Amino acid sequence: MSGASQPKTALEFKSTSLTVPALLLASNDLATIEENLREKIAQGAGFFQDSPVLIDVHRANALELEVDVAGLVSLLRKLALVPISLRGGTEAQNSAALAQGLFLRAAAPSTRKPSPASRAPEVVVEAAVEAVVEENADIRRDIAPTAANKVITQPVRSGQRVYSHGDLTVTATVSAGAEIMAEGNIHVYGSLRGRALAGVQGDSSCRIFCMDLQAELLSIAGIYQLRDDIPKERQYKPAQISLADQMLVIKEL
Amino acid sequence: MARIIVVTSGKGGVGKTTSSAAISMGLALRGHKTAIIDFDVGLRNLDLIMGCERRVVYDLVNVINGEATLNQALIKDKRCENLFILPASQTRDKDALSIEGVGKILEDLAKDYEYIVCDSPAGIERGATLAMYFADDAFVVTNPEVSSVRDSDRMLGILSSKSRRAENGEEPIKEYLLLTRYNPERVELGEMLSVEDVQEILSLQLLGIVPESKSILTASNSGMPVILDEESDAGQAYSDIVARYLGEDKPQRFIKKEKKGLLQKLFGGKS
Repeated sequence: MSGASQPKTALEFKSTSLTVPALLLASNDLATIEENLREKIAQGAGFFQDSPVLIDVHRANALELEVDVAGLVSLLRKLALVPISLRGGTEAQNSAALAQGLFLRAAAPSTRKPSPASRAPEVVVEAAVEAVVEENADIRRDIAPTAANKVITQPVRSGQRVYSHGDLTVTATVSAGAEIMAEGNIHVYGSLRGRALAGVQGDSSCRIFCMDLQAELLSIAGIYQLRDDIPKERQYKPAQISLADQMLVIKEL
Repeated sequence: MARIIVVTSGKGGVGKTTSSAAISMGLALRGHKTAIIDFDVGLRNLDLIMGCERRVVYDLVNVINGEATLNQALIKDKRCENLFILPASQTRDKDALSIEGVGKILEDLAKDYEYIVCDSPAGIERGATLAMYFADDAFVVTNPEVSSVRDSDRMLGILSSKSRRAENGEEPIKEYLLLTRYNPERVELGEMLSVEDVQEILSLQLLGIVPESKSILTASNSGMPVILDEESDAGQAYSDIVARYLGEDKPQRFIKKEKKGLLQKLFGGKS
């Protein structure tokens, strides 16, 4: 052992949090599941590559379907997903999960009502996003999400935060230091000087529209850009912001 | 029923106390019974600006704690019999204030007074939030300067969400812009934000512009609200402001640099 000084304490534990998409199963047919997953992965543009996944079988169990946990886990791994945990499982399912190397969370059962079994039960992929949203921790997404669109007609002042479960429309200015967030699209019929975050639950197809781009920060589905990096020729003009290939695209409106 | 006015800003040192003193004196001189309350517990200076610092026996906190009655604490102004001052405590801090206590005082004052002016401390903490909680009107004092504008914007957000009117879903507080320390020369040179620049961000009803003036310092040193200095530009600005608030139609002055007449150019301009 050389005399090089090594710290006496080799490590420490620190609390951290990880954003993990939850895969809600409404079927036990592995073939259908595989088909649906391949579709979603293709749409996801790399989002799901090597992504950790939490398997949620609440719905499947409510429909009294026998879930082949081992088969499911192999399938997910085959598709380059990393299943890390199981939620809502029966004792047998939990043991199977443990045997596959998953760990079990003592997750609170979700408050979603199980949907009536349709003829071809779909695999619902729901991406959970961490606490950008401080207010509503338990956002519910039913099979047919009912968007609660919000319209704000007064200026959004510095320090104020607005959150919409659907689209958000502001027919006034958004001051510097204000934050507007939406699970859907954002439209600002005025100057946008604060932060605008669209698609906060992971919907990367969302867009931001404004009449006068001076935003401090723009974000779609977690991909963000600061004012410093927004091209000068796009600022102080009407603009449309969308997401392509994990990058924000700012176009003239 | 009294009209409760809060003079607030967010940013410190922009002219809240100067404005509160001048405006409440202006209202009182026009025959309206007016009370002015200092909410800056621990850092009181309204009594200095009003010139009654040697007559303070009881203060706002004493009244809240029941150690004195409102009448014992209120100080009558020597220059105008319609004006009464309720000073803040210097020895305690803002934790001594409570919503119920403040509410009770305002309720009692509202019986006899027409206008109650609440001089808010700087910041967005308890003193400031209590000063604005019960307000009907808000005079947002702003300097034509970036940090003051942003802080005023923040304060407007708080006014629209944390006031009693906001919480009860009543008609919102009526907000006015009071632009102080305005220097038209520097605005013309492009060194200072103009009224239009400020309004682009704040979009408020402009109550008035008070020019940067040496008379302000002179007035505070002598414990006299500057509106009593009728020769000074600042004093006149506050006079206009009171008139405008009471509904008179006064054109905005002090926006443009004053053109010096020939005589003034020869013999020097006024301060």
